[in-house]
This record gives sequence, C-alpha cells and structure tokens, in this order.
Amino acid sequence: MSAGAVPIEARARTASGPAPLNRPNLRARLGRMVLPVYTGLVVIYLFLPIAVMIAFSFNNPAGHQNITWQGFTVEHYLSVWGRPDITGPMITSLAVALVSTVLATTLGTLMGLALTRYEFRGRGLTSTLIFLPMASPEVILGASLLSLFVSVGVQRGFLTILIAHVMFNISYVVVTVRARIAGFNRTLEEAAMDLGATEWTTFRKVTFPLIFPGILAAALLAFALSIDDYVITTFAAGATRTFPLWVFGVSRIGVPPEVNVLGTLIFVVAGFFILVNVWLQRRSAAAARSRPT
Amino acid sequence: MAEVDVRLDRVTKRFHDVVAVDDLSLDVRRGEFFSLLGPSGCGKTTTLRMIGGFEEATSGKIFLAGTDVTGLPPYRRNVNTVFQNYALFPHLSVYENVAFGLRRRRVASGEIRHQVGSMLELVELPGYEARRPSQLSGGQQQRVALARALINHPQVLLLDEPLGALDLKLRKQMQIELKRIQTEVGITFIYVTHDQEEAMTMSDRIAVMRGGHIEQLGAPEELYERPGTAFVAGFLGVSNLLDGDVAEVDGDYSSVRLTGGTLLRAPRPAVNGARRVQVGVRPEKLRVVPISDGSAAGSGDLNTIEGTILDASYIGVSTQYLVETRDGQRLTVYSQNLETSGAGEALADGQQVRLTWKPQHTFVIGQTDDPTAQGALNA
Ligand SMILES: Nc1ncnc2c1ncn2[C@@H]1O[C@H](COP(=O)(O)OP(=O)(O)O)[C@@H](O)[C@H]1O
Ligand SMILES: [Mg+2]
Repeated sequence: MSAGAVPIEARARTASGPAPLNRPNLRARLGRMVLPVYTGLVVIYLFLPIAVMIAFSFNNPAGHQNITWQGFTVEHYLSVWGRPDITGPMITSLAVALVSTVLATTLGTLMGLALTRYEFRGRGLTSTLIFLPMASPEVILGASLLSLFVSVGVQRGFLTILIAHVMFNISYVVVTVRARIAGFNRTLEEAAMDLGATEWTTFRKVTFPLIFPGILAAALLAFALSIDDYVITTFAAGATRTFPLWVFGVSRIGVPPEVNVLGTLIFVVAGFFILVNVWLQRRSAAAARSRPT
Repeated sequence: MAEVDVRLDRVTKRFHDVVAVDDLSLDVRRGEFFSLLGPSGCGKTTTLRMIGGFEEATSGKIFLAGTDVTGLPPYRRNVNTVFQNYALFPHLSVYENVAFGLRRRRVASGEIRHQVGSMLELVELPGYEARRPSQLSGGQQQRVALARALINHPQVLLLDEPLGALDLKLRKQMQIELKRIQTEVGITFIYVTHDQEEAMTMSDRIAVMRGGHIEQLGAPEELYERPGTAFVAGFLGVSNLLDGDVAEVDGDYSSVRLTGGTLLRAPRPAVNGARRVQVGVRPEKLRVVPISDGSAAGSGDLNTIEGTILDASYIGVSTQYLVETRDGQRLTVYSQNLETSGAGEALADGQQVRLTWKPQHTFVIGQTDDPTAQGALNA
C-alpha cells in the first residue's frame, strides 16, 4: 500500500532530471535510454505484486486456490460484503488503525513539540529513546510486549493490539512532526501573542495550521503502518483477528478472491490520499514560487 | 514635562552569565519617536523584548502609561511590535494578517473591514487584501507588518530594526514614510537601530546604548554637538579628540592645555573637577588656512592649532584633509568647497596650515582609559 507512493515520486524525479546533451550519436542516444528504461523496470518491479493482486480480484477461481486465471468476474466485489469472516477482521483492522492513528498522532505531536520547544531534564535521553521502536526488530518488540502483557495479566485482544500499535506509531509520528516543527519560525508565535492571542489561540490560529502538513503526513504513515502490521500484532492479539492475521491464517488453505477485493479497495483509497497529498504540496510550492519581483 | 508612556526602572536582564541589559532606567514620553541606538550586541533587542513582554526582566520594573506590567504576558500589554523579519503569518492573506489583532478582540466583521481598509490606505497598500505575504516584496511586507501592528492603536509601537532587510534606497524612502505615519497616528514609537543616520533622521530623542546600559540620552543634535563620552562622539559621526588638562575654569568656559602645549577654550567640563579631559571638535567645524597667508596667530576668540597637511582628498561637496599637529595628533577636516572649483585648488600635501574653530563648537569629555572607545572613533 505504502509502496504506491514510491513510483510516483520516482517518476517525478526522472521527468525533471538533467537534460542530456543534444548530440546525435548512438552513444548519446543509448545513454538517453538508460534512465527511462531503468525507471520503467523499477516501476514494474514495485507495481507487479499490486497488479497481480488487482487482477486476481477479478478472477473466477475453480477451487480454493486463487492463483491461476480462470475468467473475469466482478462477483467478488459483491460477495465480499456477505462474508463476515473476512469483513470482521477488516473492521477490526480499520478500527485499530483509526484509533491508534488518532492517539499516536496526538501524543506524538505533543511530544514532538515538547522535544523541540522546551529544555527539560531527560530531553536528550527521550530524543534518543524515541528511535528505539523504529530501530529494534519487530519480532523482539512483539515478544517482549507479549511477556509484559502476560506478566501483568492483561487479557489479550483489541485493547492490547491498540496499545502495541500506538507504541510503535508514536516514534514515527514524533520523527515526522519534529522535522516540520524544526523549520517553524518561533517569531510567528510571538507576533500572534503580541497581537493579543493567548497561548491557546496562538496554537490554534498559527502553530497548528503551519505544522499541519507534517501532522497529516505523520497520520497517513501511522495509518499505513498500523493497518498491515503482522508481526507485533500476532503477539498482542490473543484470539482477536485483524485482517493481516486472518489472511495469513487462511493462506495455507487458499486465499479467497474477496481478500484481493479488499486489498484493491485499500490500495485505491490509499492511492487517492497520496495523490491529494502530492497535489497539496505542489500547490503550496507553486504559491511560494509565484512571488513578484 | 510630558506624560511618560514607558518607564524602565533599574531593569537588568541576564542570560546565564551574559548581562544583556545592565541596570537600565529610561523614560519615554507620550507621542515621542524614541530610538535605541548602539552597536550589535549592546542589548537593544533585549530591552525592546522586555517592553513587549517576550523576555522577562531578571530584576527591575517596567511601567506602561503608569501601570506596572513587569510580569504580564505580551497579550496583556497594550503594546505592538514590528519584528525585524516582519513575522507575517504565511498561511493568512494580507487582509487576515492585518485583521488578526481585531479578531482577537472580537470586533464586528463590518468594523474590521472598514478598519483594515483604512489601515491599508495609510500604508499605501490598498488592493492587496487577497495576497499572501510570500507574494509581496520586502518593502510591501514591511508595510503590512506596520499596518498589522498599528490597527490595534497600541499605547506604544516597538520596532526592531524594521528597515534592516531593505536596500538603501527603499530604506531612505521608508524612513520618511515611517516618520509621516508616526506623526499622523501620534503613537509613541520605540525604534531600535544600529544605524546612527537613521536614528538621527527620525528620532525626537535617542538613547545611545553600549554594553547593556545607556551611554547618553538626548535629542539628535544634542548628542552630535555635545557628546558626553568618546564612544558617543565616535558612534555618531566622525570626531577629532585631543588629550589635555583643564587649566582654568571661568564661568561657562574653561581653558584646556593640550599635551602639545596649545591652549584651547572650551565649554566647562560636564563633570566638575575633571582635570584630565579630551577636547573634541567635529571635522566640519574646522577652518583650514594656509600659514603662508601671514595672518596673525591666535586671531581673536577662535581656537587655533597648527599643523601639516598629510593628505587631501577632493570629494565633490567638500575636500577632506588629514592634518598632523606638531605633537603628532591627527585631525580630520571637512572643508566645504564654497569658493574652489576643482581638485587643483585644494591645499597640497605638506602644506603648513592653521586650523581654527569657535570655542562653542568644542566639546569636553572626561578622560577614559577605555581602548574600545578609541577603536569606535573611526567606525
Ligand atoms: N536568548 C538569549 N540567550 C542568551 N544570550 C542572549 C539571548 N538574547 C540575547 N543574548 C545576548 O545578550 C546580548 C544583547 O543582545 P541583543 O539585545 O540582541 O543586542 P542587540 O539587539 O543590541 O544587537 C548579546 O550579548 C547576546 O548574545
Ligand atoms: Mg538586535
């Protein structure tokens, strides 16, 4: 899903790449071919699994295995809604992703603000430790979470999955938001207070709108990380099934095409958000450029 | 005595071990254009930020229109600031930037429209309401920043080197503009700058700052004509300083014997009883006369000193001479080209000359042994 973002960027970069010299010899012409061909191969490499997933959501398989092309149908796009064994885990995944995104984004943003704005005891240590969940192997995190939950005696389920997801998402949010806050001009906040805005109004009217793109990017990342997390979720889930856990569970018998349907839908929605994000960034970049002399 | 708008009472600001502002007291009168002038790092910005409420004084008190505001946050002080880099809100239009203060006070939107309109007219930017700050030139951003502050009718407007980012021509133009606006709105301005010419052009009074304290405070001509210290003399234009001893004081005048023996008449020293002093005179007050003219030495009431021309440079409106006295002191002379009509008529290098000036153009400074004061002379 998040793989969708990479080819878009890669393509944009080659399109505006260095213009080759205009020498009409074979070497130059071959040289000019290298970059587009290379880029094309990378795009295919990245997109092929997604293309297969989308294609097989329209397949009409004979048996359990949805791996050979049998014929085109849109039937699964209708039948999927009548399969609570599939939609149930999907709803769980969406709920976990939504709630953990909101919590992690809120906590992470506040933490990012604190770490960039204030001097306090343990700030340096916190800045370093915040990378830990990103740097340590998921399987280790998952295993230690499991032993923690067991030793504390918490019933594993939705809540423990949520706790786990908020935990690993916070690091990503802090790192993303902090980059945006670091480029923020503090004088703007002083200007707001100078004009009569209290601390809270200043945050609402000035700070928040200006760091919002960073917060949005962090939230998208958190959502993407949460909805397809498998490893940590396995340890925290207990009997609860999220979508990735369910898919992995049935993959030994055979993945039904309805899974491809949901995968395709998620991809389309995610792709839409990424395009909107790119469009917003282009627009603000264009506004910054259109400064008169 | 006019009413006092801003009073600093023995204000000190320490950053760790740096004393940025050192036991500073100051009264700014209502409606006055007041400048804080001094070299970089002397504490101007810190002083201004304490008045605005962005920095807390380590000790001392700050009064606004007689009310103690020392502990109040910026949004509780009837003061507005024009920041050095304007600090316009990049995500808001010009209209919303200017309206920001009114919206905080919940002014009705019809009233806001009216006031923003007339404010943009005052700063000569009507029709720019919908623009974003990034779509404006530096000078236009400056005007928006000014409008955004003035629309709140603050008791005092604080300006921190507001013209620093503009090129010279625009800066000159904005100086006149700022002064016009200040006269029009009648609000007290406290203006921070390190540019002495800018301060002299606009200010009613100037506080020359150095090392966190006020070196001298007064009207521009007072500071220029009667600087109290070598630092002030050097910071506001070029000056010639000669070492000497007070030989005699009679009435408002005193006689000072220079180290070379020459006797000069000067106003009596501000510091009574000071014996070792420096006598100063501005280069444009000096008249240079060739000695071969045979005019009698010590002509009447004028101060006279003799020397040799080391260097003469013709620069159009005037000719600039560097003259060395017998005992090795050097003086700069600006001689207006009233009668001459070319470089050829200037006095030549090596010419023996007599420099004369009126005693009332002389100023006396209590002797300091501070080497940095000397260094500032040619700044
Ligand atoms: N936030 C701060 N932290 C530490 N030192 C500071 C701070 N602000 C100013 N200073 C120091 O205080 C002194 C005065 O600074 P400032 O008021 O900015 O001078 P000016 O505006 O006259 O150039 C300088 O030595 C400066 O380094
Ligand atoms: Mg400054």
